[in-house]
Amino acid sequence: MHGRPRTALVAVVGAGLLVLAGCGGSSGGGAKAADSAPPVPKVAMLDAVGAGEGQLDLVNWAGYAEDGTNDKTVDWVLPFEKATGCKVNDKIGNTSDEMVTLMKSGQYDGVSASGDATLRLIYGGLVAPVNTSLVPNYATVQDFLKNRPWNSVGSQMYGIPHGWGANLLMWNTKKVSTPPTSWGAVFDAASPYKGAVTAYDSPIYIADAALYLMRTKPDLKITNPYALDRTQLDAAVALLKTQRTLVGEYWSDYTKEVQAFESGNSVLGTTWQVIANLVTSDKKATVQAVIPQEGATGWSDTWMVAAKAKHPNCMYKWMDWITSAKVNAQVAEWFGEAPAQSLACDQTSDKTFCATYHAADKAYSDRIFYWTTPTKHCLDGRGNVCTDYATWTQEWTAIKG
Amino acid sequence: MPSTAGRRLLVATMAVGLLVIYLPLAVVLVNSFNSSRTFSWPPRHFTTHWWSQAWGSAGARSALRVSIEAGLGATAIALVLGTMAAFAVSRYRWFGRDGVSLLLLLPIALPGIVTGIALNNAFRLVGVPFGLLTIIVGHSTFCIVLVYNNALARLRRMGSSLEEASADLGAGIWQTFRYVTFPMLRSALFAGGLLAFALSFDEIIVTTFTSAPGVQTLPLWIFANLFRPNQGPVVNVVAAVLVLLSIVPVWLAQRVSGEPVGARR
Amino acid sequence: MTTVATKTSTAPELSRARSTSAWLHRHPSARLLGLLSLPGLWLVVAYLGSLAVMLIAAFWATNDFTGAVEHRTTLDNFRALVTQPVYRRVALRSLGVAALVTLVDTLIALPMAYYMAKVASPRVRRLLVVAVLTPLWASYLVKAYAWRVMFAKGGVVDWLLSPVGGHGPGFGLRATVITLSYLWLPFMVLPVFAGLERIPDALLEASADQGARPLRTFRSVVLPLLFPALLAGSIFTFSLSLGDYITVKIVGGASQLASNVIYDNITTGGNLPFASAAAFFPIIVMVGYLLAVRRAGALDDL
Repeated sequence: MHGRPRTALVAVVGAGLLVLAGCGGSSGGGAKAADSAPPVPKVAMLDAVGAGEGQLDLVNWAGYAEDGTNDKTVDWVLPFEKATGCKVNDKIGNTSDEMVTLMKSGQYDGVSASGDATLRLIYGGLVAPVNTSLVPNYATVQDFLKNRPWNSVGSQMYGIPHGWGANLLMWNTKKVSTPPTSWGAVFDAASPYKGAVTAYDSPIYIADAALYLMRTKPDLKITNPYALDRTQLDAAVALLKTQRTLVGEYWSDYTKEVQAFESGNSVLGTTWQVIANLVTSDKKATVQAVIPQEGATGWSDTWMVAAKAKHPNCMYKWMDWITSAKVNAQVAEWFGEAPAQSLACDQTSDKTFCATYHAADKAYSDRIFYWTTPTKHCLDGRGNVCTDYATWTQEWTAIKG
Repeated sequence: MPSTAGRRLLVATMAVGLLVIYLPLAVVLVNSFNSSRTFSWPPRHFTTHWWSQAWGSAGARSALRVSIEAGLGATAIALVLGTMAAFAVSRYRWFGRDGVSLLLLLPIALPGIVTGIALNNAFRLVGVPFGLLTIIVGHSTFCIVLVYNNALARLRRMGSSLEEASADLGAGIWQTFRYVTFPMLRSALFAGGLLAFALSFDEIIVTTFTSAPGVQTLPLWIFANLFRPNQGPVVNVVAAVLVLLSIVPVWLAQRVSGEPVGARR
Repeated sequence: MTTVATKTSTAPELSRARSTSAWLHRHPSARLLGLLSLPGLWLVVAYLGSLAVMLIAAFWATNDFTGAVEHRTTLDNFRALVTQPVYRRVALRSLGVAALVTLVDTLIALPMAYYMAKVASPRVRRLLVVAVLTPLWASYLVKAYAWRVMFAKGGVVDWLLSPVGGHGPGFGLRATVITLSYLWLPFMVLPVFAGLERIPDALLEASADQGARPLRTFRSVVLPLLFPALLAGSIFTFSLSLGDYITVKIVGGASQLASNVIYDNITTGGNLPFASAAAFFPIIVMVGYLLAVRRAGALDDL
């Protein structure tokens, strides 16, 4: 490179450093050395819901805010807009992590966060506590979803539950001779299904391995699959590295997983209920999906209000709308998960829907370890000896190799 | 000229090449009629349901509009900046001139994810709100080089004698540009602009990092919908339509420039 | 215009545009400065500036709990990237895939472009250029997904190969290389085609007249002249392959490439410093590649 561009580059680098040095310091520090839980940033809670602001900017999972543009018959956004005057702009977050990143931009009023995002949002000061008395439909939300570790701190709710589901073990009944009853089937180094095992493509999947170890290797003393110290994490990673030799492909979206099971590329692995339903309805492959004896990981989604929401009133109206019986039933059926609203089960178009998804089944729900963000401060109260999600992310890279 | 055998071999390669190029597109077209919601192969039943659903998809239509707006915006900026840079390089001698091509090429040569993250980070640092504008800025950054290359090649080929003659005859520099340089440059600019538009139209990685809620380009819409069981087949329809529609710009290129888009000299 | 202005305007009344024009005409350096101002601001300040800020972030740390970026300087990110063998493996794999895609595209593009430029009639030539270009407009994602459908068990590839007793490669790196080669093929065909068009037919005939067989002509006359065009095309195929993280997710089975590491750390881990550090790898490779190509004098052939 001849002189000019290089000197220019140096000049810009210098300027950039100055700018950044100027805005530094604000995010440093924090609770690092102390063994106590880090402080939750103080964010004000809304006292009363006033008139809508006319706009609502959401970050949500695909399928949570349908306005009929994808399918004319699937629309609960336009009626909301008509009822409240709040125009909805939704941004699809493809992963929990993307959602956190999007919320950090400060452009959104609310988010449909899974448990592996909620704590990051709460401790990052990105979301505000929710005044549940301002959300009338909250009263009839399933009790076993209230005041849980992934949606509250102390006894303060930080969101309104929306729906939940489990990460099930699915297999092709024609290809897999003996129905598996344990997650051991996907971790067995001598598996006869080598090359046709599938697993969820996200660092959070490390928790599935930890759950299995929690039940089978008591020496490791794992009490919560999301609270792993270095030794425990290493054990889970080692197990997943073994599994890597069996995996044909990792999946992260429905289409990919359904295709893989229908073509026979995958015959055994993790799944969601909705995927099992889709495969079954296509009739190309016969599958079965269960919660194995160890229990399962799963998700429970919560609508949260941004700390700096520009349209908080519209967001409160939205949270009440989306958990109203009829709408909650619509969303749950479209997305394929158990609705959080207990009254929704009377409103589903498929009358067996809630039974299929175990929506009112507390015992079933109790066997699920819901996705929660791993943090340095252990979720099981052991202090600051645990591994955080950034570490899990890097380990995930190492597992895939 | 190659021998007959060589000629046959070339014809065969060309034919096989074209076949391979069009095979996946044919799969897309067939799948747009596949009744399976996850377009599993081979199709069992056929339906036109997805076509009618795509026709009524407001999301796809608005995404198409955003894509066209972003493409036009990025192309316009690329045309202005690329032409200016080409003039500076072809008509003047200056220190650092040799580095220009390299600098212009950098945004397209570096992986989109690098450009995307860098711009995303910078926009947030400066406080630029994300939206159509940030998408246009991102796209034009890597589109400039396409216009620049076309314009530079043309400027070098035509030399500066005509421009000098125009100046000698008393024309001002604006007049010279308007009546002498621009007409000769037009087809090169068109080719470069079309290429820039095409690149912007199908870009997804930089766009992922520079878009905002409610501002979705077509590739982003496709990305969001391809992975949803109820929407995947609609995406196949949109793709099939895009292939058919692409004949328009390619045909336009033939008409206006009298040369294929790719042949840049 | 490198000649010094020799004429001054003699018009009695000068409009403002004319006076600027005349002034600019007399001051080539001002013209140059004007021409460089906007592109310079855009690329040097906006683009290189953003890039620099991101690269600086690679030397920062993140808060253990909130994941927020902390402005304390550390080399930890680079240390992890250099010492952990997985990153070396991924880097080498990515280079291998990019090189292989470039090679495959070169081998396919050469005969195709040769046929288009030197054998086909002008009318057919135009049609062929259109035929090669059209797929560029179909969505990249949709094409990649079409390949997924084709590579699946019992898919089109298996079906095509079954008469000869073969079966497709299945999902994995081989499928990734094939799909990427497919996606970027037009970016190689076009510069090679343009390069071939520039070689006068007379040159080939002269070579034949001297008794050179076609292959010899190709090797001794065409290839050396075409080398810059090939390099130009390779910039695209190589850099696009190196930067891809989506195709490998769609057809790559359980594999991952260098860009996946960057993507995962930025979106999944929310770890900008680590992602920035990982971004040094493709940046260094591509800048090195561009400098090498420039030494070979091929930058003008894009």
